Amino acid sequence: MAMRIKKNIALSESGFIFHPSTGDSYSVNPIGLEILNLMKAGQSSEEIKAHMLEHYRVDGDSFEKDFYDFQVMLRTYKLVEDHE
Amino acid sequence: MSKPRYTIAVTGLNAIDSPGPGMAVIRGLRDAESFDVRIIGLSYENLEPGIYMHDLVDKTYQVPYPSEGQEVLLNRLEYIHRQEQLDFLYPNFDAELFNFIKLEGVLAQKGIRMVLPTVDQFEARHKINLYKYGKEHGILVPRAEMVFSPADIARVIGSFEFPVVVKGKYYDTGIAYNLQQAQQHFHKISAKWGLPILIQAFVHGTEVNVCAIGDGKGTTLGAVPMRKLYITDKGKAWAGITLDDENLLEITQRVIGATHWRGPLELEFMKTTEDAYYLLEINPRFPAWCYLTVGAGQNQIESLVNLAMGKEVQPFDSYEVGKLFIRYSEDMIVNISEFEQISTTGEL
Repeated sequence: MAMRIKKNIALSESGFIFHPSTGDSYSVNPIGLEILNLMKAGQSSEEIKAHMLEHYRVDGDSFEKDFYDFQVMLRTYKLVEDHE
Repeated sequence: MSKPRYTIAVTGLNAIDSPGPGMAVIRGLRDAESFDVRIIGLSYENLEPGIYMHDLVDKTYQVPYPSEGQEVLLNRLEYIHRQEQLDFLYPNFDAELFNFIKLEGVLAQKGIRMVLPTVDQFEARHKINLYKYGKEHGILVPRAEMVFSPADIARVIGSFEFPVVVKGKYYDTGIAYNLQQAQQHFHKISAKWGLPILIQAFVHGTEVNVCAIGDGKGTTLGAVPMRKLYITDKGKAWAGITLDDENLLEITQRVIGATHWRGPLELEFMKTTEDAYYLLEINPRFPAWCYLTVGAGQNQIESLVNLAMGKEVQPFDSYEVGKLFIRYSEDMIVNISEFEQISTTGEL
């Protein structure tokens, strides 16, 4: 199962996120923005993990833990939806 | 082709911490592309800021309080009309609307047009009737009961779970977490706005509002949903943002379609975490934040004037999502001579 950013969510190059249905806005740091862009491009969690491990000095366990927390946050704020 | 120039009277010049909608309505009229305007302010009190905002209001006349009745109001409006030849009038207070609705026919004969709901529409959407209104139109409304005396509070509250919302007939709301707090709110609000007081079930969620206009035949001419981003201690929006919310638009169209609402209205909803929409209030006038609709691409204020003038008005089919309003306050410096003039002659 992959997680996708909802279609109506506006994501700017500066990392500003706007949810047009609720009026809520958020900001993410450059790493968060990179992950969101990968999700937007339709990459699976495994593909995102592989990408990040290749480009940053981080071990797999640490990334998975932080990535899981990040996904929980995205779900809480209703910014994403799961799809097969 | 030259544009017509209308003389339009507007109430609600009290741009204070709990603002009347008048100044926002006036800005919408000034922004109108299809006509030019001369703005006549109608004030109740000498310190309403709009009286002194000469870049927005050309001339102001004091008008009698609603409690003085329709005849006194009509006499005053006839005098103002003789001086100014009014084309249109925008009443903006809940408490004055009944008198203006009753005078609509008489004023229309004199050439002063208004776009207002009917008495039946005005009464049906009243806070005290809203629960029934929701049931009739298939709209979720929190259960509510009226209280006419302090002795009734305990009995009525017994059928609710705390917290409850205690509401005034026209304005003011308090949240009570126990019987004592409910009694305090009852006395405070009833002293100011009279009886009955409404006890309403509290709904948890996010407050979202819609500013809309209806043509009186069931068509929604415009609707813009907004969420308050910054709320004052009086519960008023100090900042807000337009939303993309199909459900809100659909409910709005349903309300206007079912009631054939004529004129402006504000729908106040509570959206729960389960995405249910509870209708809390229908205000039968523009809200103080209505200039946001202009900023978002729907000059609803202009549309209603054109509707009254017999022009063809096309419904708005879009608005800009993510448009914000941020209110601000400013100290004006005013000469005592101006204050003296409005205080002694009732005109400025």
